[in-house]
Amino acid sequence: MSTIWLFFVFFLRKLSGLGASASWLCSRLPGRFRSVAITVCLVVTWEVSIGGDMFRRVLGKTLGFLGYTVQYGCIAHCAFEYIGEFVACSGPSMEPTITSHDVVFSERLSRHLCRIEKGDIVIAKSPFDPHMNICKRVIGLEGDKICTSGPSDVFKTHQYVPKGHVWLEGDNLRNSTDSRSYGPVPYALIRGRVCLKLWPPHNFGALNQSPTGRIVKRSD
Amino acid sequence: MAQAGAGRRYVRAFVSGFFVAVPVTVTVLDRFAYVARVEGASMQPSLNPEGNVTGSDVVLLNRWSVRNYQVRRGDIVSVLSPKNPQQKIIKRVIALEGDFIKTLGYKNRYLKVPDGHFWIEGDHHGHSLDSNSFGPVSLGLVHGRASHIIWPPNRWQRIEPSIPPERMPLLNWHADATEDEEKD
Repeated sequence: MSTIWLFFVFFLRKLSGLGASASWLCSRLPGRFRSVAITVCLVVTWEVSIGGDMFRRVLGKTLGFLGYTVQYGCIAHCAFEYIGEFVACSGPSMEPTITSHDVVFSERLSRHLCRIEKGDIVIAKSPFDPHMNICKRVIGLEGDKICTSGPSDVFKTHQYVPKGHVWLEGDNLRNSTDSRSYGPVPYALIRGRVCLKLWPPHNFGALNQSPTGRIVKRSD
Repeated sequence: MAQAGAGRRYVRAFVSGFFVAVPVTVTVLDRFAYVARVEGASMQPSLNPEGNVTGSDVVLLNRWSVRNYQVRRGDIVSVLSPKNPQQKIIKRVIALEGDFIKTLGYKNRYLKVPDGHFWIEGDHHGHSLDSNSFGPVSLGLVHGRASHIIWPPNRWQRIEPSIPPERMPLLNWHADATEDEEKD
């Protein structure tokens, strides 16, 4: 099948050398794409040589437009990945600091430079479902001793945060599933640090300190 | 004056080229493909079969195929290490969520892999820091799937997913009751 196409290419007098070599290259592609790609190359080269100036102009503009789209898409990706992103929170686990339907800005630089500290509110991927994100406060870093028993328990139990992990807890201790249920979270799951609350407007600004007093004072 | 104009034109061209090239390269490395050198002996004999004597293997990591966290059993994947967030480790996926497996040296002899996690092991048991040391790994940590070995040239090949038969999962809770496979 591909040889028939090649003969067709070479016998068409109006075709330029570029079209012929493009069609030869397409004939090297695996089966699925071969016929489609060869047809597209032949049609484009035929149109460009026959249709003349106008088609060339339209093709040039389309390619330019595609180029700009790719360039700005890449810049947007870099901005959202390395500078910061806007997050709409839902759920009661961070009340009263962040209520449901608040919009916050989380910056990515601290996470990439490994400068997340105790007391920061972070957005992380959920350990049990990578498509969901969780918004919690960092209570302890690696090596810290966390008190895992409740305030009403008689015997206090402790746990050390392993290397490369953090201990996350929501500010609303009564209504939050966090590290107290699923254990320490790997640091690499953290996406960013929440630094500014943007919505609702009457609450605009930096976020408050932890109201729970659970942050580990120093590592033992 | 003509030289200053030409110099300024070159600087402007360089700067504008720089602002195009860097974001595009960073986006391609983050979203599509990543190239990495494999260090260590934990994946022998599949990767680095002669250690660092003749030079380590360089693999092509496909980041587009793991964008929805879909990995298959037997794939070789690169994962952000749970022990060190700045390091990536490259291991084979042995079991996915819901699989019931026998471990090699983990604190529990038998284990059901929790939801949203998977179990990775190096091919060179005993010389490998993998799930047998730190337990099941969260799917959110997966970085890319090693699809091809691209260096050295005599080892150009496509990496096929395969699990050693003695490491197959024993059971999968999500499978049909009629399709349970029990291996010794």
